[in-house]
Amino acid sequence: MKTNRGTNLWKALLWLLPAAFLLVFFYQPLTAILRLAFSMLPTGTGAEQGFQLSLVANTFGFTLWQAALSTLLTLVVGLPAAYLFSHFEFAGRKFLRLVALLPFILPTVVTAVCFNSLLGPRGWLNLGLMALFNLSEPPMRMLDSLPAILLAHVFYNSSVIIRIVGGAWSRLDRKLTQAAQMLGANAWRVFWEVTLPLLLPAIGGASLLVFLFDFTSFGVVLMLGGPRFATLEVEIYTQALYLFNLPLAGLLSVVQLAFTLLVAWLYNRISLPRYGKAALSAERANLRRPKTRAEKAFTLTVVLVLVTLMLLPLLSLVSRSVVSLEADRGARGEVQTGFTLRYYRELFRNTSGSIFYVPPAAAVRNSLMYAGAAMLIANLLGMLAAYALHYSGRLRRWLEPLFILPLGASAVTLGLGFVIVFRRAPWNALSFPMLIPFAHALVALPLVVRTLLPTLRGIPDSLRQAAGTLGAGWARVFREVDLPVMLRSLLVSMVFAFTVSLGEFGASSFLSTGQNPTIPVAIYRYISQPGALNYGQALAMSTILLLVCAAGSLIIEKARLPGEELF
Amino acid sequence: MLEIRDITKSYEGKLLLEGISFTVREGETVCLLGESGSGKSTLLRIIAGLEEAESGSLWWDGEEISSVPTHKRGFGLMFQDYALFPHRSVQGNVAFGLRMQGLPVAEVQARTRSALEMVRMVGFESRAVTELSGGEQQRVALARALAPDPRLLMLDEPLGALDHALRKQLIGELRRILHESRKPAIYVTHDREEAFGLADTLMLLHEGKIVQTGSTAELFGQPANAWAAGFLGLGSLISGVVLDAAPLRVGTALGNFIVSACAREWQPGQEVQLLLRPQDAQVLHKPPEGANQFTAQVLDCLFMGETYQSELRVGEYTLNIYTDSPIPVGTDVTVAFSPEKLSCLEAK
Repeated sequence: MKTNRGTNLWKALLWLLPAAFLLVFFYQPLTAILRLAFSMLPTGTGAEQGFQLSLVANTFGFTLWQAALSTLLTLVVGLPAAYLFSHFEFAGRKFLRLVALLPFILPTVVTAVCFNSLLGPRGWLNLGLMALFNLSEPPMRMLDSLPAILLAHVFYNSSVIIRIVGGAWSRLDRKLTQAAQMLGANAWRVFWEVTLPLLLPAIGGASLLVFLFDFTSFGVVLMLGGPRFATLEVEIYTQALYLFNLPLAGLLSVVQLAFTLLVAWLYNRISLPRYGKAALSAERANLRRPKTRAEKAFTLTVVLVLVTLMLLPLLSLVSRSVVSLEADRGARGEVQTGFTLRYYRELFRNTSGSIFYVPPAAAVRNSLMYAGAAMLIANLLGMLAAYALHYSGRLRRWLEPLFILPLGASAVTLGLGFVIVFRRAPWNALSFPMLIPFAHALVALPLVVRTLLPTLRGIPDSLRQAAGTLGAGWARVFREVDLPVMLRSLLVSMVFAFTVSLGEFGASSFLSTGQNPTIPVAIYRYISQPGALNYGQALAMSTILLLVCAAGSLIIEKARLPGEELF
Repeated sequence: MLEIRDITKSYEGKLLLEGISFTVREGETVCLLGESGSGKSTLLRIIAGLEEAESGSLWWDGEEISSVPTHKRGFGLMFQDYALFPHRSVQGNVAFGLRMQGLPVAEVQARTRSALEMVRMVGFESRAVTELSGGEQQRVALARALAPDPRLLMLDEPLGALDHALRKQLIGELRRILHESRKPAIYVTHDREEAFGLADTLMLLHEGKIVQTGSTAELFGQPANAWAAGFLGLGSLISGVVLDAAPLRVGTALGNFIVSACAREWQPGQEVQLLLRPQDAQVLHKPPEGANQFTAQVLDCLFMGETYQSELRVGEYTLNIYTDSPIPVGTDVTVAFSPEKLSCLEAK
């Protein structure tokens, strides 16, 4: 009896730290937002209120529309690619698969800069056309448009479809389609009657996930959409930071959160494995080389599309960051063109002499510190939460929803909530920079729990009991049994948290003030300013982030347990 | 009806099937019996059109069908783990092939029902196949394969996933259904009991080749070689050398044996194997004299219900024999095999 109560207490303690963290840094801001949003409703004159409500409705409508359109286009690109990766072996397959993953991990700010370096007024395409036809103005205006937003969304979400649907497709028991063939079904009917119905949960789940990412899109819309297009996220940002209309920002946040939760609930219902394991074979089907002419043409087409859509923007960013092609601001006369590392060198030099100027190196240092702190916080709390979720019986039913809700909150909402709640010293962002890693840790926490929990569940209790009977106390058991088994997952979740924090833009844009910008915030500032040097430095910082993320995704891809999917 | 000519197939550079030829006649059940990895499932998939052979051809009633696509061959295949469509009910699974033929709804329903009747699964129509037991799934899979009235039925280890008791019961039912449907059938298994229970013709497959074809009785009476006798579990095999060709006399570590029943000619000096069937052993309570007799130590003696099974040790060999009465464990006995009961087999 006594030991029983003792272990229960111990389990309750596991909950305590993560729960307290969430209460203070998630639920408190959330409550503040709700209060603010509802305080807004009765105030204001009829006309003003009507205008504000129609703004909410219009923004919601546009957010929905662009998300639906983006999802559809992502499916158009992702489904053929999923088929290709799950069925055919071809040269460069592994490389292309990794390249396709990179945009998903890439910070949205870097994505925006990638497309800017390719299609923007100072991008390769325009500069190329200007040089070719001797033009004085960039001939193509491709940014600040809906297609630019859609393109970026397809760029970073295709890999969700490729991974989820491709994974399901490669595990789909080939005997089922063969059985249909034996019963007289031609290829078309096999697809319609067997393959498609069995893949539908995967396709539906992946589409909803993509839809969710597109619906909460912030950085890409802000930087590629221009002033004419605003999703809920961008509108929250604009209302809060430029128009100082916090109540309206709060209302927008509530709409966003409610809808996000609805989609998340749908996602959980749809992506449940409906037929148990009956439709899955134990191992992935063998890949084969494309044989017929149609298969070869299909492979070539999809590979070309993927290379153009995914590799080209990445290469464009990297190459543009080391090439000087236009005059500096104020510089006249002959333009020095050619290879240069100047943009990288300038990152570490304060040339402007302004007191408002923060050298990019400071942003890099800030980001690394924040990322390190966020990684530690998220993993410590995530591990405690994973243990708590794994162990507690009755408590869990009440506490699990508490941990799930933060998944539905966007980073911008978090930033807004922080700004509302923590505004008095010493707790404001200016004097308490730890708010940023706290916000980042909140964003990374669900990912960490989702990475660690399956591994934890995979450790049979008998292992711990065996260690116990051999004389190991609980701390020793943790060190000798749990930790070694979890090491790979822990590595993955640390890399996850680190890269998420490095690239986080939504919350940081609220919290990182003039003096302590993070890399993404600095990139956003630099690319919004005129001058080739600012542009070049934005490219250089983006390239550094890109390389860090590439290293991160490589580690994740290698350390991930075989057969375990990312989503 | 079905004729298979000289099928060859290799897998990862290794020959899996080597010049396989045989025919399946109307109403005949051919059992392909072989160890796992002997290529028997691959052979079935080649006949089904799910895999391509490197060389050889398939013929149906004198017409070559090697390049006819799977869905137009009109063959039925019951998969090893059934491959039932998890997104369809029992009804939906069985009706699938009929719907592919574009039959009117009423006919689809009537024939689905009669197929379910044949496997005694009426009443399960609306059940999800994922909720069925192994035996029930097996019946639905059989009904699904039979419903479109295929001109050939193939079964790939259909009982492999079931436990022993259920397997025994289902062998009997399969025999009834195969007999009632009067369809030519190819049945692939590694299980002797299944093969003996179902086959009109047994075909032994070993290392990509057909070792022997014949009725169950033929294979029992005269196995083609030592591997066949060992695989069929016919008795103990003793290595020896031919001493005289006529009458055949074989020298072994257990002494010399005279063999009178001989299917082929032997040359003196040839290495052979003698098959000692357990039911043919005679136990003598006197010292061995002359050929066909040897002394053995009794290691164990078990009562098997009707006979006693004893395990004997002679030199490096351990052999089993059946006797009507128990023999005391630990003693030495003399065992004799009469010349007409012994088989001399090619060593392999």
